Amino acid sequence: MSLMPTLWRTLVDILPIVAIIFGSQYLIIRKPIKRLAQVISGFCMVWVGLSLFLVGLEQALFPMGELMATQLTDARFLPDILPGDERPWSDYYWVYLFAFAIGASTTLAEPSLIAVSLKAGEISGGTIDPFMLRIAVALGMALGITLGVFRIVMGWPLHWFIFAAYLLVILQTLRSPRAIIPLAFDSGGVTTSTITVPIIAALGLGLASAIPGRSPLMDGFGLIALACLFPIMTVMGYAQIAQWRTKRLSRHKRRTQR
Amino acid sequence: MEIVVSLVRQLRDSLRDLAPVVLVMAFFQLLVIRQPLPPALDIADLLLGLFCVVAGLTLFIKGLALGLFPVGENLAHAFVSKGSLGWLLLFAFALGFGSTVAEPALIAVAGRAASVVAEGGLIDASDSVQHGFAIALRMVVAASVGCAVVLGVLRIFKGWPLHLMIIMGYVLVLLLTLFAPAEMIGIAYDSGGVTTSTITVPLVTALGVGLAASIKGRSPMLDGFGLIAFASVMPIIFVLLFGIVGLPLLSGALS
Repeated sequence: MSLMPTLWRTLVDILPIVAIIFGSQYLIIRKPIKRLAQVISGFCMVWVGLSLFLVGLEQALFPMGELMATQLTDARFLPDILPGDERPWSDYYWVYLFAFAIGASTTLAEPSLIAVSLKAGEISGGTIDPFMLRIAVALGMALGITLGVFRIVMGWPLHWFIFAAYLLVILQTLRSPRAIIPLAFDSGGVTTSTITVPIIAALGLGLASAIPGRSPLMDGFGLIALACLFPIMTVMGYAQIAQWRTKRLSRHKRRTQR
Repeated sequence: MEIVVSLVRQLRDSLRDLAPVVLVMAFFQLLVIRQPLPPALDIADLLLGLFCVVAGLTLFIKGLALGLFPVGENLAHAFVSKGSLGWLLLFAFALGFGSTVAEPALIAVAGRAASVVAEGGLIDASDSVQHGFAIALRMVVAASVGCAVVLGVLRIFKGWPLHLMIIMGYVLVLLLTLFAPAEMIGIAYDSGGVTTSTITVPLVTALGVGLAASIKGRSPMLDGFGLIAFASVMPIIFVLLFGIVGLPLLSGALS
């Protein structure tokens, strides 16, 4: 993919939002836009930036994700098996480790998550530790991707995992402190940044086409879905533990005061 | 001068986004796999591509902050104070739809999904059909985010309980999964996570928080967020429906 056709195509992509913004500003609200020059230059930057990003995506991020998937599942790389034997799931341990490492490291470094967790710490008045919250989100993301990779290796249907996760999320929502719920649901969306999503997608599709007996169409998708769901659970779980500990601590204090 | 400083700061953020991916991959390449890169992959090409990713993301996010976000926020406030629910809902739909169409992660994943679906034999493998499928998928997801924002705005007005609506959404996902073609299920679930990346979250959050702050008895913390939660469930429902109803129609129309 080269830059010129991409530039043309992304122009078509951003036209709707430009039309909506300018249309409602001039036709419905009927007020001129403040600092029009700045706004127009902003839209031009969006256009060029999106095109560059998509070119880089095709040239670097997708190939890198697929390369890791093929190399880590290469027969020469994996432990030897007897001909005719089916490979046990545990042989793919480097794949699981890689999935876990990618999930945890990208989440811990995510700038928007750092800002959100600091704010959550302020609001909670000390019951939520910002750093622990970041750990909880990162752990959720890493577990989600690792489980998703394990599912691809086993070839189990995705919707079992999603349904089980939904059930757990619903149960936890009913039991968690109310103020953490917004944050928990947000953290699922925050973790999947624009760079992480293509890498994870390429990893899943690459694994599904490299592992014998799996098809990209049936097994390749689902990593992103699980990566979004699991942080919701770990954040609510962390909030429940934090609440329980505060309660126990205050009960303990009361008892010692008496 | 100010803009150069903020561009550099954004560049640092983009690099920080990319660094863990590159570090983990380099670690695995050098210490675990220890094999030369395949000849089809040129290291110079890769580096150039990574440079494009970082530069592109930096320009994109900075451009959003300069152009789209201030105007979008002003518009959200103007529509809230205009007091007409009909216009506000229309604007909410348009905002959700328009911002999702331009979402980079969605463009990338929809293209991938089209080629996988074509390889699987569900649609014709020609370029024009694949392109048509990718566009259709993106439009469906964008419409679903538009509807999600409308529903979220309605919820903030009426004060409907969020967790009940989310649970209803989950139940709907469950039921539709039973009827949808198995090939579309993974794509549908993933499309829920793809929508909430770069553009949609800040714009939609600004709308929700602005609304919740301007209506009495609503807290921005508790009511403002529901929009994002809807925006990640609604696409699943819509894409599953697309798999049940739209896919047969689409493959008929394109072939």
